[in-house]
Amino acid sequence: MADLLFIEGGRVIDPASGTDAVRTVVIRDGLVAEVAERVERPREARAIDARGRWVTPGFIDLHVHLREPGQEYKETVATGAAAAVAGGFTAICAMPNTRPVNDTAAVTELVLARAAAAGLARVYPVGCISKGSAGEELAEYGELKQAGCVALSDDGKPVMNAALMRRALEYARAFGLPLTVHEEDLALVGKGVMHEGAVSTRLGLNGIPGQAEDVMVLRDLALAELTGGRLHIAHISTRGAVRAVREAKRRGLPVTAEVTPHHLALTDEDLAASGYSTDYKMNPPLRAQDDVDACREGLADGTLDAIATDHAPHAVQEKDVEFDVAANGIVGLETAFPVCLELVRRGLLAERRLVEALTAAPAAAFGLPGGRLARGAPADVAVLDPAAEWVVAPERLRSKSKNSPWKGRRLTGRCTHTVVGGRIVHEEGRADR
Amino acid sequence: MIGRHKHCLGLADYSREEIVEVLDLAVSMKEVLQRPIKKVPSLRGKSVVNLFFEASTRTRSSFEVAAKVLSADALNWTASASSVTKGETLIDTVRNLEAMRPDVIVIRHSAGGAPGLVASRVGCAVISAGDGAHEHPSQGLLDCFTLREKLGTLEGKTIAIVGDITHSRVARSDIYGLLALGARVRVCGPPTMIPPGVERLGATVHHALREAVAGADAVIMLRIQHERIGDPLIPSTREYSRLWGLNARKAAEWLTPGCLVMHPGPINRGVELEPDVADGARSVILDQVENGVAVRMALLYLLAGGPEAAAEAKTSARA
Amino acid sequence: MNAAEIDRALDRLAAEVAARARAEDGEKGLAIVGIRRGGVHLAERLRARLANRIGVTPPAGTIDIALYRDDLDEKGAVPVVGPTDVRFPVDGKTILLVDDVLYTGRTVRAALDELVDFGRPRRVWLLVLVDRGGRELPIAADFVGTRLSAAPQDDVQVRLTEAGAAADAVIVTRRPS
Repeated sequence: MADLLFIEGGRVIDPASGTDAVRTVVIRDGLVAEVAERVERPREARAIDARGRWVTPGFIDLHVHLREPGQEYKETVATGAAAAVAGGFTAICAMPNTRPVNDTAAVTELVLARAAAAGLARVYPVGCISKGSAGEELAEYGELKQAGCVALSDDGKPVMNAALMRRALEYARAFGLPLTVHEEDLALVGKGVMHEGAVSTRLGLNGIPGQAEDVMVLRDLALAELTGGRLHIAHISTRGAVRAVREAKRRGLPVTAEVTPHHLALTDEDLAASGYSTDYKMNPPLRAQDDVDACREGLADGTLDAIATDHAPHAVQEKDVEFDVAANGIVGLETAFPVCLELVRRGLLAERRLVEALTAAPAAAFGLPGGRLARGAPADVAVLDPAAEWVVAPERLRSKSKNSPWKGRRLTGRCTHTVVGGRIVHEEGRADR
Repeated sequence: MIGRHKHCLGLADYSREEIVEVLDLAVSMKEVLQRPIKKVPSLRGKSVVNLFFEASTRTRSSFEVAAKVLSADALNWTASASSVTKGETLIDTVRNLEAMRPDVIVIRHSAGGAPGLVASRVGCAVISAGDGAHEHPSQGLLDCFTLREKLGTLEGKTIAIVGDITHSRVARSDIYGLLALGARVRVCGPPTMIPPGVERLGATVHHALREAVAGADAVIMLRIQHERIGDPLIPSTREYSRLWGLNARKAAEWLTPGCLVMHPGPINRGVELEPDVADGARSVILDQVENGVAVRMALLYLLAGGPEAAAEAKTSARA
Repeated sequence: MNAAEIDRALDRLAAEVAARARAEDGEKGLAIVGIRRGGVHLAERLRARLANRIGVTPPAGTIDIALYRDDLDEKGAVPVVGPTDVRFPVDGKTILLVDDVLYTGRTVRAALDELVDFGRPRRVWLLVLVDRGGRELPIAADFVGTRLSAAPQDDVQVRLTEAGAAADAVIVTRRPS
């Protein structure tokens, strides 16, 4: 007897196939059987009433920090996967800056094992660019690829040594692995803790000029051209970087880029208004309005391919301290959809483009399966209510950590159901699975 | 005719006919090496100086034996032993040596082009025993000789060279020699070890070992140096060995039954070659060593003999 | 000499060699070595005739003397080296060294040096088809097909059908001064 799930009456937005219409999605034995206008539902089939809602491919997040192994006090693979599916994400890429870092098959296998045990979102491990993420020697990409890594990163740190970055881009070509790079020139960053500008002057905090990001982006674009390697720029935040990527793409360079919801929504003025709240402290920092405008334009015109949250859980003791010493980062999996939807409501982003940036585009950037509702493919689906209003109550967040600037605020737009491989792994309103 | 080359600095300038001439002569030289008395008087009274600025026991000994079998006198001069440490320049060193009237200088140096520089300043013949990553012509010739002997001909054969092509002078000389003799050449290694523009030399590039050796008539494995400081090209010899090293299982599954295995030496056992392959039935590594002496004898005979060589040696010493 | 004369000369030479070999108890240890390139085909022809006469085919070999020349510095280009092939043990043998023309004697000197590097023959007999005089070294042939007196500017050549000639012949050409 087939295992049937019907998602009925929803507005199916599947940019990969060009679908944007009211359809029913039929899932049989974990695979997408069909997406049709009218389908007879047999009695034994389970159903999700998606009327008035969006039905999209499950979101894919290229940039998530799961903190396991080593820092399970602030997040684990399981809790992170739960936060993911609560936000509509059916697949997430786990960054390697754990303790120990993921530069071996052993750590990669551990992450995969934990994800399998949790049985929620799919987890794709990202391996280190350099051994120990120390920026000196190449990690063993052959071993990492074989163990299951889909990309390489030394995230958290830039690869300061240009020769190493060059060799990394070259060597990774043998394995078809993209490099997702955290771009900042540490010398220019210095002791900076927020964006350098009028606001940092007012607040009396050390600033990080946007050019600290720009110089590294330009450097790595040049190295990508030299080596033919696959470069993906992580968490872009400056207008200079967006312009550089746009120009590189125009020249035909196969580079991709991501932007976070917070860099699309918040500026350094918001940080000021918060009264030195460390929930507004992350790296790269919140920038000025024209940087945010550039990121929004870049996302709309495709220069920035994907939205990625850079979900960075931190415990209370790491955030509830002076701004200068607080850890960098905010959680983002559960608030990404409503925050980005706000751009749509304000006419800054098309609905289809939003969905594409969360589904087909990230899949294409890393060569991942999914990101589309293709017949015969595993059924990873998100059902979203764009009108649902809800308050971000910290105790109801699935992530172990609650460091979010939207804590306690009212947001509009929420994921109501998440399906992974045909199983309903998240249902808003139901008790935690 | 190779006689038009006064020196042997690289195979890039040798025509097919010239290479065949050396190989054919080496056949006769090899026959001498198989006699009970391995000596012929051809270069009696001539002297060959081995000027080695880089450590090398095998190539140097090979040239030394070659000179002695031809009854020439051989003198070895190694960099550390001498005035280089006192700051003497290359040209001065060579001029001093020349005053002792050598007929041939065999030079190995870490700087590409150094043998050419020496050749432009001395009257005698110069043979390059390897300069930087530029060329190692006698190795290229002996590899061609070995392959021609075992395969009958190189025309239409496919040879794969595996390893750090970027830093390998052996790879370059092999490429020139093999292409001149009509073979198809593939180079293989991690992308960090394949130099830009190598396709323009005439070789095709592969990163997967399996593809590179599929259907090949011979594979030449190069030595991997992990000790390269400051610009590591591979994460570890362990990973290199897993992906580009040759072991018995890969040899059995990926190589055609008649495919030969070669290596210029010294072998990093366990890195690019497992011992059972290095010592196995496909390996012609020891033939390469034997053929090296014969090929070097041929080069010495061609460059040290002849009236021009004699006349030049006399005039330059007087200069 | 024409083809018929060469043929008769070879018959006579074979008879002389066989007789001397019998007389000096050298039949069993006889071996023929042709000097490249002129002596190679002659050695083959003699081998066949001797086999008839002494009842057993003597072992044969070829030596190329290029590596033993004493005039490397004087000749034009470096001489081409051909194959040397002496596969039988030389020790104790009666070696019949064969060449086409004996002139200065330097070729034979080089051949003797090379032969001796292969082992210690019991004795070496020299057989030539033509002795043209003009010796520069004290070398004499034990068996001679024909003697002629040639001036230094004369070129004496033995042409054989095995080497592509229309007919066997010994040709003397005078080079213009």
